[in-house]
Amino acid sequence: MAINYVNPEFEVVRNPNRCIACRVCERQCANGVHSFDPETGTMMADETKCVDCQRCVALCPTRALKIVKNDCALRENANWQQDTIYEIYKQAGSGGVLLSSMGNPKPLPVYWDKILINASQVTNPPIDPLREPMETKVFLGKKPTMPERNPDGSLKTDLAPQLELSMPVMFSAMSYGSISYNAHESLARAAENLGIYYNTGEGGLHEDFYKYGANTIVQVASGRFGVHEDYLSAGAAIEIKMGQGAKPGIGGHLPGKKIVGDVSRTRMIPEGSDAISPAPHHDIYSIEDLRQLVYSLKEATQYTKPVIVKVAAVHNIAAIASGIARSGADIIAIDGFRGGTGAAPTRIRDNVGIPIELALAAVDQRLRDEGIRNNVSLVVGGSIRSASDVVKAVALGADACYVATAALLALGCHLCRTCHTGNCNWGIATQKPELVKHLNPDIGSQRLINLMNAWRHEIMELMGGMGINSIEALRGNRLMLRGMGLNEKELEILGISHAGE
Amino acid sequence: MKLEGQVRIPSGCAISAVISREGRKMSGDAIIKSMIPMHDRSNGLGGGFAAYGIYPEYKEFYALHIFYNDNNVRMTCENLLKDGFEIIKSESIPIRKTLKITDVPLIWRYFVAPMSSVLSRLHVDEKEYVAETVMKINSQINGAYVFSSGKNMGVFKAVGFPEDVGYFYRLDEYEGYCWTAHGRYPTNTPGWWGGAHPFALLDYTIVHNGEISSYDANRRYIEMYGYKCTLQTDTEVITYIADYLLRRQGLTLEETASVIAAPFWSTIENKPEEERKKLSYLRTVYSSLLVTGPFSIVLGFEGGLMALNDRLKLRSMVTAEKDDLVFVASEESAIRAIAPDATNVYAPAGGEPIIVKVKEGKY
Repeated sequence: MAINYVNPEFEVVRNPNRCIACRVCERQCANGVHSFDPETGTMMADETKCVDCQRCVALCPTRALKIVKNDCALRENANWQQDTIYEIYKQAGSGGVLLSSMGNPKPLPVYWDKILINASQVTNPPIDPLREPMETKVFLGKKPTMPERNPDGSLKTDLAPQLELSMPVMFSAMSYGSISYNAHESLARAAENLGIYYNTGEGGLHEDFYKYGANTIVQVASGRFGVHEDYLSAGAAIEIKMGQGAKPGIGGHLPGKKIVGDVSRTRMIPEGSDAISPAPHHDIYSIEDLRQLVYSLKEATQYTKPVIVKVAAVHNIAAIASGIARSGADIIAIDGFRGGTGAAPTRIRDNVGIPIELALAAVDQRLRDEGIRNNVSLVVGGSIRSASDVVKAVALGADACYVATAALLALGCHLCRTCHTGNCNWGIATQKPELVKHLNPDIGSQRLINLMNAWRHEIMELMGGMGINSIEALRGNRLMLRGMGLNEKELEILGISHAGE
Repeated sequence: MKLEGQVRIPSGCAISAVISREGRKMSGDAIIKSMIPMHDRSNGLGGGFAAYGIYPEYKEFYALHIFYNDNNVRMTCENLLKDGFEIIKSESIPIRKTLKITDVPLIWRYFVAPMSSVLSRLHVDEKEYVAETVMKINSQINGAYVFSSGKNMGVFKAVGFPEDVGYFYRLDEYEGYCWTAHGRYPTNTPGWWGGAHPFALLDYTIVHNGEISSYDANRRYIEMYGYKCTLQTDTEVITYIADYLLRRQGLTLEETASVIAAPFWSTIENKPEEERKKLSYLRTVYSSLLVTGPFSIVLGFEGGLMALNDRLKLRSMVTAEKDDLVFVASEESAIRAIAPDATNVYAPAGGEPIIVKVKEGKY
């Protein structure tokens, strides 16, 4: 047997005094970590298979289990850290590209955590959201540059199609295929209940979920999986996915083993075939081509639905966004380099793209410098983790935020970052029927509703503290933000002052 | 210490206004008197007045009131003006010396008309050209500040208490059909005259009491359309919003009020369909011009005024009537000081615009 160069990352610690050998852990773990030894009557563990998803820990009825980081470590080296060395062992063993899931875990600066929010004192009053109205409703879409009037002088009130959100948050794109039927159902039902939207991702829309169309954004990505006329008409808006924060510059790859049954039918591709979406849209090699796709989709839906263009935050994002704003898009979605993914090459996920905070600040300012900020709405994602991140994003200039990782966490995800294996014990990133049923959509949707309601309350509290009673008055209100420990250049790009200034 | 404009200075205030629906002319005495009971709402760091109908002999011309730091700046600015305007009259604004007003800059008044050749070359209308010139002087000529730029009206302001500012500018010698006044209570100020109120662009003037929480959202939006907020004050941004919505977007006063102090969505939902559509349209299209936080404002314009409170009514403001006169003030005491028997004393609801217009042909 070849030498295994890589130690197990985790250690399964089982308290023998508590373990009753009920074998729940064994049944819950698709990775095959736990097994029962009939000879000794005790539970065994194969740590090499453990991904630290904590499913067994959460379900152990006697709390006999814990998963800890393996302290068997290589000699410390600030330059050659253990992760780096193990990656080399893996590549030397396999000759392959490293794969990862979910967002960039590297200790790069999180600008949200270096930005602080203002509150009213003396010169104007804070507003108490428990006693006064506090508005979080947002409309996304193109606004006219000049009002028009009817012959009798009254305003013509027709607008380009708009998305109405009860709060400035939406569930961002996750395809059926990358996540399960039950996960999609949870997102769709929660979006409907909350008065917001979820996004199909590039995997098409399962026929059972057409009934949630009024709260669905349907995505058109480079693979065009599952795109047909009824699909385009089913949603409230259409999103053209040009890029994704976790993997800018490359397409997606859903392995054939996930293309089973309904997933295959929904994507309109044969069972078992890999779903490989190309890096570019092969009908979009430049901005003028994008304009043609935007208008093709508008033509196909009789101009009744706003078109979103989603791009990854890359170096010249401001100029790109300006181009998109002039190509007929109603909404621009920007995905930062910390955005999640069901699978991405590790090197790309960890090294390509820029933080959403800087991208947002740059884009919002550029669109204003060009006088076209009101022509498009701006939605940002790529690791929005809390209500305060939302408030900071809106104050920097976003109309709304996209969240996906936070939504999956609400459904039970423990961020073990192994979605690409298809063995999600929480029933989220898997197509195995026995695992999918680990997620109950009744409970899942309720947890999503709870999370968003909690965030909405927190957003209202933060707004009230600033003396703002409508989210519109927060949008782009950068005077409400101050930076902490940021250099002059970072402050300049963010367009905010340092704390104390 | 940073000058106003380099730093944002919050302030509290007192406002007062009087207008004759018949276009009857009044001297500045009454409005000065109305500010006296509200003395403690100011702290001596800013006072000012706007007067309408005061230059009937020059009513065809834009009256530019300009502060200069020195004569060199004045000559630079006058050279710029001469490039685009016919200057009918140029003079120093008459003042009365008082120990209570100090650090007096050069205060000049010009009656000007934009040259038609310049307007046709630039393809802009007269008002747009005047507005652009004001922006240019205020943002580019250091030491010059245009604080009034309308026709047949003028703003008079200084660092000091309002009653002293009125005395200083000899407002008792002017006659107007509408007067607005402001006393300022900034939390700190380097005491620059441009920072006093009213704030004006063309014939729009704003006196304002409050500190708005939406300031930077409003500022960053309005600056997309060529306005430059050089002072970083609420009043300045509200003035530009009024100019943008009324003059450039062609909204009515009521529509403008529905943008600045938009009704809550819950209120809009209960309106009849036509009204609901209109209000939803205005809130959706102009969402970045919603002004939140406490304010009471009086917007003056040629032939009328509009008083408006923020939608929660976080600042006091009352109105009253006496014959052809309508009064607006932060406190009833201000009105009682000049019209003890005024009737119909009314506290407008949050977001409810009070619009008073002088009879057509009377101004």
